[in-house]
Amino acid sequence: MTATTVPAPSAPGAPAPDTPVLEAVDVTKHFEVRSAVGARSVVRAVEGATLALHRGRVVALVGESGSGKTTLARLLAGFYAPTSGEIALEGVTVRQRRGRVERGYHKDVQIVFQDPFGSLNPLHRVRHNLERPLKLHHGVRGRAELDRRVRELLERVALTPTEQFVDKFPHELSGGQRQRVVIARALAVEPKVLLGDEPISMLDVSIRLEMLNLLDRLRTEDGLALLYITHDIASARYLCDDIVVMYAGEMVEGGPKEQVIADPQHPYTRLLVESSPDPGRGARDRAALFDADADGLGEPPSLIDPPSGCRFHPRCPFAMDVCRTQAPPRTDLGDGRWARCWLHQKTQENE
Amino acid sequence: MVTQIMSDTDHDDAGTTAARGADGDVLRVTGLTVEYVTDGDPVRACADVTFTLRRGEILGVAGESGSGKSTLITALTRLQRPPAVTTAGSIVFQPRDGGAAVDLVTASPRALRALRWTSLSIVLQSAMDALNPVMRLGAQFADALRTHDRSLGNDAAWARAAELLATVGISGDRARSYPHELSGGMRQRASIALALACGPELVVMDEPTTAVDVVMQRQILAQVLRLRRTLGFAVVFVTHDLSLLLELADRIAIMYAGRIVELGTASELYDDPRHPYTRGLRDSFPPLRAPLRRLTGIPGTPPDLRRPPSGCPFHPRCAARFEGCDTHLPELVTKGGHAVACRLHDPTQRPQPAPGTSTGGAR
Repeated sequence: MTATTVPAPSAPGAPAPDTPVLEAVDVTKHFEVRSAVGARSVVRAVEGATLALHRGRVVALVGESGSGKTTLARLLAGFYAPTSGEIALEGVTVRQRRGRVERGYHKDVQIVFQDPFGSLNPLHRVRHNLERPLKLHHGVRGRAELDRRVRELLERVALTPTEQFVDKFPHELSGGQRQRVVIARALAVEPKVLLGDEPISMLDVSIRLEMLNLLDRLRTEDGLALLYITHDIASARYLCDDIVVMYAGEMVEGGPKEQVIADPQHPYTRLLVESSPDPGRGARDRAALFDADADGLGEPPSLIDPPSGCRFHPRCPFAMDVCRTQAPPRTDLGDGRWARCWLHQKTQENE
Repeated sequence: MVTQIMSDTDHDDAGTTAARGADGDVLRVTGLTVEYVTDGDPVRACADVTFTLRRGEILGVAGESGSGKSTLITALTRLQRPPAVTTAGSIVFQPRDGGAAVDLVTASPRALRALRWTSLSIVLQSAMDALNPVMRLGAQFADALRTHDRSLGNDAAWARAAELLATVGISGDRARSYPHELSGGMRQRASIALALACGPELVVMDEPTTAVDVVMQRQILAQVLRLRRTLGFAVVFVTHDLSLLLELADRIAIMYAGRIVELGTASELYDDPRHPYTRGLRDSFPPLRAPLRRLTGIPGTPPDLRRPPSGCPFHPRCAARFEGCDTHLPELVTKGGHAVACRLHDPTQRPQPAPGTSTGGAR
């Protein structure tokens, strides 16, 4: 694996302490939907997801659209109650009353959405947007104190000089500046966990890096536990420590990022990595890649009626009989790596 | 009225080989300027854009939002609507069969209609908007096919539609489907098949894979490349994803604030980007396999075209700027097929420390 000589942003942080800050254990979420004719069906959005976020570490959750990434983020943020399984904050199971968590939960867990244009109240200035969480969660009172805290927040997300931004309306800011305000607002409550649901996808390419570096700083300097959700494996590799790959609502592979990307153990991870643009790829590899018969690769399945057995089997070049009937169990591969694939289960039994 | 263009155009077009190899070029864009007319000063979204497109070539156009790439596309295809107005320049289309060259800027609606689909077609970002939601796919194909070939019967047109769908990996019986019955990736592939229905020489693609996932993106692009090999059409491929273009395109034009700031082959732009913006853009994509290092992106934000910066539009964000960048607008100068609009590469203007050290030190 490539050893990073220059301290890259995602140099391994402190060793993971035992209790994760936020943990999902075998979490499942089903949504009941009604079709136009009134027939009920169940969307199996997330199935048996297990994930642990540690202080000062970044976990990237990658997958295609419809793989359940966002549903999992919303479960972790307390917007949905899991159908089964549990979510634990610092070892304590989170309880929900009438589908809602207590306000105190949001003091520890904050989420940043993809669209910075939709997540700020357009009728209020930056100042108001940042003061609300300070008042609600910390009871900060007094003009001078509020001003000081707002200024600090803007400085932390590098919106300086702060007086240029504090009285602006969201529409007066660029996409990158808005997303910084959104992050500042999340930081206002001094959370322990920050969930980023594709936080850079809607930003211009040249300013994405600044946002990733900002998230990295929050992780190293403030020890936040970060979940970084993305479909862009290259940016996940840049920021995170561990990668978890989701496919059709299930987690299929996870482990330290370099190993997972350089040597994927699940056929879907391999497909995903090979499909990702990589300008560093040699010209010959490139020609081979585009020449390869890509027609047979298929598409992700419907989550209303997912394939039996392993959900990837209809697209998998290695599919065996067992894959069609039984869901593969999780196989630990050592060094914190694991995969849910019968290929590995078989090799372990043979040994 | 078709505007006749003299074959010996004497445009001083910065560095394109257009004047010589008219045979090999399908499109010659010269000095194209598009403005949005507003109450105040007109906003210049495309300024003095000059490039040529060779037959069968994939030309990538990369830029951030507001760089003028979509404006360029709508001007090329004459799909622009007020307040966008082409105020200067020409877009000369040279048909393959040696017919008269047509200036798309001045062509009449009638002449344009004759060109659309058969010579020039477009693939849009959102296939759902490009396909008619209340028509079966086959009917949409038949509609386009029969408009351009009056002798084609309805059954033959439907059969051809099934064939065309098969070329993009959709089974022919899906011709009876409505667009909403297809997945996003299939819709996008169907709209590519539709664009190719009448055998165009030039296909303009506006972010055709931005709305689909990476696996589907790879499939779609593999199919486009394969079809190009058999059908020989040229592509103008517009996207914000430079990393994708570096793998896909033959040549790439980088746009910034409505101007082409650099144009060269994919390997030239990756190995030796000359414009500081191109370099910054290239270094904004973390590598998938190469060793990681800290990347900084490009500080600042893209300019507001209502109030463009003086001189070089990139100078407020440029780490390699020097005296005069804020007043002098660099021209696109070609050296060995690689064009760049930056004063660092203009020997008469650059300052004493060699450009290699100043750009190299910037990153």
